[in-house]
Amino acid sequence: MPTRKPSDVIVVGAGVVGAACAYYAAQAGLSVTVVDRGSVAGGTTGAGEGNLLVSDKEPGPELELALLANTLWRELADVLPPHVEYEAKGGLVVASGESGMRALRDFAARQEKAGVTAQEVPGDRLHDLEPHLAPGLAGGFLYPQDSQVMPAHAAAQLLRAAGDRVRLCLGEEVTGLLTGGAGEIRGVRTAAGELHAPYVVNAAGTWGGALAELAGVHLPVLPRRGFVLVTEPLPRVVRHKVYAADYVADVASGSAALQTSAVVEGTPAGPVLIGASRERVGFDRTLSVEVLRRLAAGATSLFPVLGTVRAMRTYPGFRPYLPDHLPAIGPDPRVHGLLHACGHEGAGIGLAPVTGQIIALCLTNGELPLDISPFRPDRFGTPEPAPAPDPGSAPDPGSAPDPGSAPDPAL
Amino acid sequence: MTASPSEPYDLAVVGAGSAGLAGAVTASELGLSVALLDSSTQSGGQFYRHPAPALGAVRPEALHHDWSAFSDLRRRLGASTVDHLTGHHVWSFIRESGGSGGSGGSGEPEESGGSGADGESWTVHAITGADGTEERPVRIRARALLLATGAYERQLPFPGWTLPGVVGAGGAQAMLKSGLVLPGRRIVVAGSGPLLLAVASSLAAAGARVPAVVEAAGYLRYARSPRALATNPAKAAEALVHGAALLRHRVRVLPRSAVTEVHGTDRVEAVTVSRLDGDWTPVPGTGRRIACDALAVGHGLVPQIELATAVGCATRALPDGTLGLALSEFQETSVAGLWAAGETGGVGGAGLARTEGELAGRAIAARLRGRRADPAPDRGVRPGRVGELRRRRDRMRAFADVMSAAHAPGPGWPAWLEDETDVCRCEEVTAGRVREAVTDLGARDARTVKLLTRAGMGWCQGRMCGTAVACLAARDGAPEPPAERRPFAVPVPLATLAALDEPTVEQTP
Amino acid sequence: MARTPADLVGAQPDPPFEITFDGRSVTALPGQTVAAALWGAGILAWRTTREGGRPRGAFCGIGQCYDCLATVNGEPNRRACLVPARPGDAITTQEGHGHDRLAV
Repeated sequence: MPTRKPSDVIVVGAGVVGAACAYYAAQAGLSVTVVDRGSVAGGTTGAGEGNLLVSDKEPGPELELALLANTLWRELADVLPPHVEYEAKGGLVVASGESGMRALRDFAARQEKAGVTAQEVPGDRLHDLEPHLAPGLAGGFLYPQDSQVMPAHAAAQLLRAAGDRVRLCLGEEVTGLLTGGAGEIRGVRTAAGELHAPYVVNAAGTWGGALAELAGVHLPVLPRRGFVLVTEPLPRVVRHKVYAADYVADVASGSAALQTSAVVEGTPAGPVLIGASRERVGFDRTLSVEVLRRLAAGATSLFPVLGTVRAMRTYPGFRPYLPDHLPAIGPDPRVHGLLHACGHEGAGIGLAPVTGQIIALCLTNGELPLDISPFRPDRFGTPEPAPAPDPGSAPDPGSAPDPGSAPDPAL
Repeated sequence: MTASPSEPYDLAVVGAGSAGLAGAVTASELGLSVALLDSSTQSGGQFYRHPAPALGAVRPEALHHDWSAFSDLRRRLGASTVDHLTGHHVWSFIRESGGSGGSGGSGEPEESGGSGADGESWTVHAITGADGTEERPVRIRARALLLATGAYERQLPFPGWTLPGVVGAGGAQAMLKSGLVLPGRRIVVAGSGPLLLAVASSLAAAGARVPAVVEAAGYLRYARSPRALATNPAKAAEALVHGAALLRHRVRVLPRSAVTEVHGTDRVEAVTVSRLDGDWTPVPGTGRRIACDALAVGHGLVPQIELATAVGCATRALPDGTLGLALSEFQETSVAGLWAAGETGGVGGAGLARTEGELAGRAIAARLRGRRADPAPDRGVRPGRVGELRRRRDRMRAFADVMSAAHAPGPGWPAWLEDETDVCRCEEVTAGRVREAVTDLGARDARTVKLLTRAGMGWCQGRMCGTAVACLAARDGAPEPPAERRPFAVPVPLATLAALDEPTVEQTP
Repeated sequence: MARTPADLVGAQPDPPFEITFDGRSVTALPGQTVAAALWGAGILAWRTTREGGRPRGAFCGIGQCYDCLATVNGEPNRRACLVPARPGDAITTQEGHGHDRLAV
């Protein structure tokens, strides 16, 4: 097998999280190899809406990450080219009745203590913010920190901005991890040969569990499917990211059953994007007419003007979901040299920069901006009832789940 | 979905061209209840597209080859119990029960049967109106489906191809056949494929001057498969008819050439035609200007299969670089209960489409009644008819593959492009931006090019730019055929989607 | 030899009628689509693109390419190659997405 020039770190996954890890590692002076079995942004990143949200997060570790990421995205927007379509548009959460409004008020009050800016908007002022909103809504909250970015370009431009220290190996699937005598990471094996580095970052998103398996460790990343509905090109008809109050409850739920809540936003390119559905059905890409019906019904109930507007396309994406809804970020104490940066569920675009920064700081022994123990990759222990894999033995790629066998979430 | 108490149709046929008509009337004559859905107000599909009755065409056959084959099918349709649902644009179909969906299509219809026999059914969703904008969505249930959606024209971009007056070759013919109009008085016909000669002879017969037919391939390639040609005398005769018409109208045919530039500011004034080498790379210094006021251009046809790929049907790469459905000996797709006929399995013309449509109609009738397709000693069925259809189908398919291979775009065609040339007409994405996505931004396939440039994200959903983007994304390797994935076969109003659970939209036999 | 498509098929159409294109009168034949009526009057473009403002008209002729989108009687994004022309129809050049009135 041919070997290639070693680097300081290998990042597996060229989605937005992998791109951010490579970017911040390169900024810290490290040489980075990014390897992906497909293209840049070819997985869940390419199916994302590009939400950079604080509004949907409960006070806690994920909100802390989101607030840090919010600041980093503002900085990146000045550095990256305009293609990334960064827009600090703000989020508007609306409630149809008084009880929903009370719940929003409580939620916002707790968030404000954690550093979130939220402004109550009475029902009769909603149309100043969103002229096309349906009449009769009780009110809402405006979250000025919420913003949006074009996900595929965010990944591509982060990698490009990372400069010469980053080498891209695309179309190369990782088939095994190389380890030394003490079980420490030495690099990865791909179909095209070996790549050497003392550190490997698992940024394989929804397929991160399979990569962990190659390293002989358990990380239960599961796909949580969502459909996005895309309209014909329109002028600006929706100014903010607008969503119904039940969205927050759906995001936090772990239910396998189909959940939908109306999330509507415009894009600089013209089409309006409509979400959001959540269901745990594996990697099934089959069109669900029921999901489409609910998404359309939700969007047209918020914005009746969209009724005559045509949906042109729809696509599923597979959010990388961990059982406690928190990502895995940082070194894996079970395998020296293995770090994880995956499992961000629906928040991967938003949390990418802070994830990349933490990984870079871990690699350079820098001072972390927050306590990362809630994101410990080994917090799920070993699976039961299956016998625990022996960490001392080399992983057998033949018996491990093949990340390539999962359908590529093509648009 | 609201459960409907009504019976489903035995068969829903999508597309009322040659294949769909043959399938629908055959199945109906064998006793099935059939719904035939088509977006047009008249049957015939693209090949037998003809003027609306109000235009009073006394000799519609003057624009068609083998008109009697169509008029025969139309007469049988009129005499049948088929519900012909015109102005129905199918945007999706899904299987409602059973679920597994992967086991059909391997061989002969078996006694045990697949769909239909065990209560499975399909739901077909359509919007209505001439262009699908009427507020009357329709839902149809059927025990079996026949997909006969035909093909659309393949395009390759070149400098100036977005100028008004540059039209699809098939488009010019369609507008002539249905509306009795021409895009200009002096029309160059260019591109590749057997359709060009037919288009040129129609345009000339209808009064246009055709200064040249510009064909990128060399016709000599047909000669490499003399057997396929010799066993398809009808096709050879058709070509001779066009050839004679072109001679009569003094149309020059320029093989191994392509239009590499269109001149004009708001509309076409002239084109530059260049010689091509064997890879379709323009030979420098060979360009010459031909004055014209329109250009009709096309590079063959692409099977229209997105309704089938959306439900997971297997596809096969065709010799011309397009993707067709993988079909069984009896026209069934890899998804049990879904059959296909005509261009959806690979472009082959109206005669092949009729043959496949009839074969599918017989196979479906046999399946729904739990019998083998052949022999079928049922009313109106001659013994051995299925075998005869299969032999004819195989012979014509072999010929179609030869034609198709001869007109596969050569790898050098992207040399026609300038960086400023629009590749995606809808989103105005230039070749330069597509190339940048591939060389600088890490795109390795058409999907990522689309994400990074919006090429293929517009109204046509990549139908016009799909081939070009796939070629540019492949860089030096062999391009993957465009995936033909479009979850909505036509755009659907959000209010229609939101109302999908209302029972009023159900259309029943 | 036929001189026009109508001669070729021996067309004896019902009486023609008028539609307008950007206010100017255009003669259409019953059974023609909006695009056919406009071609018949020598008009090849009735839309401008969103980005470049470039003129466009019918291209594929069979409802697949959506290049022929027109505003018909105030309703944008109608496929002119499919929509039948009706007496008195007002066709207007569609600029970009055609939805300016929705802009906020």
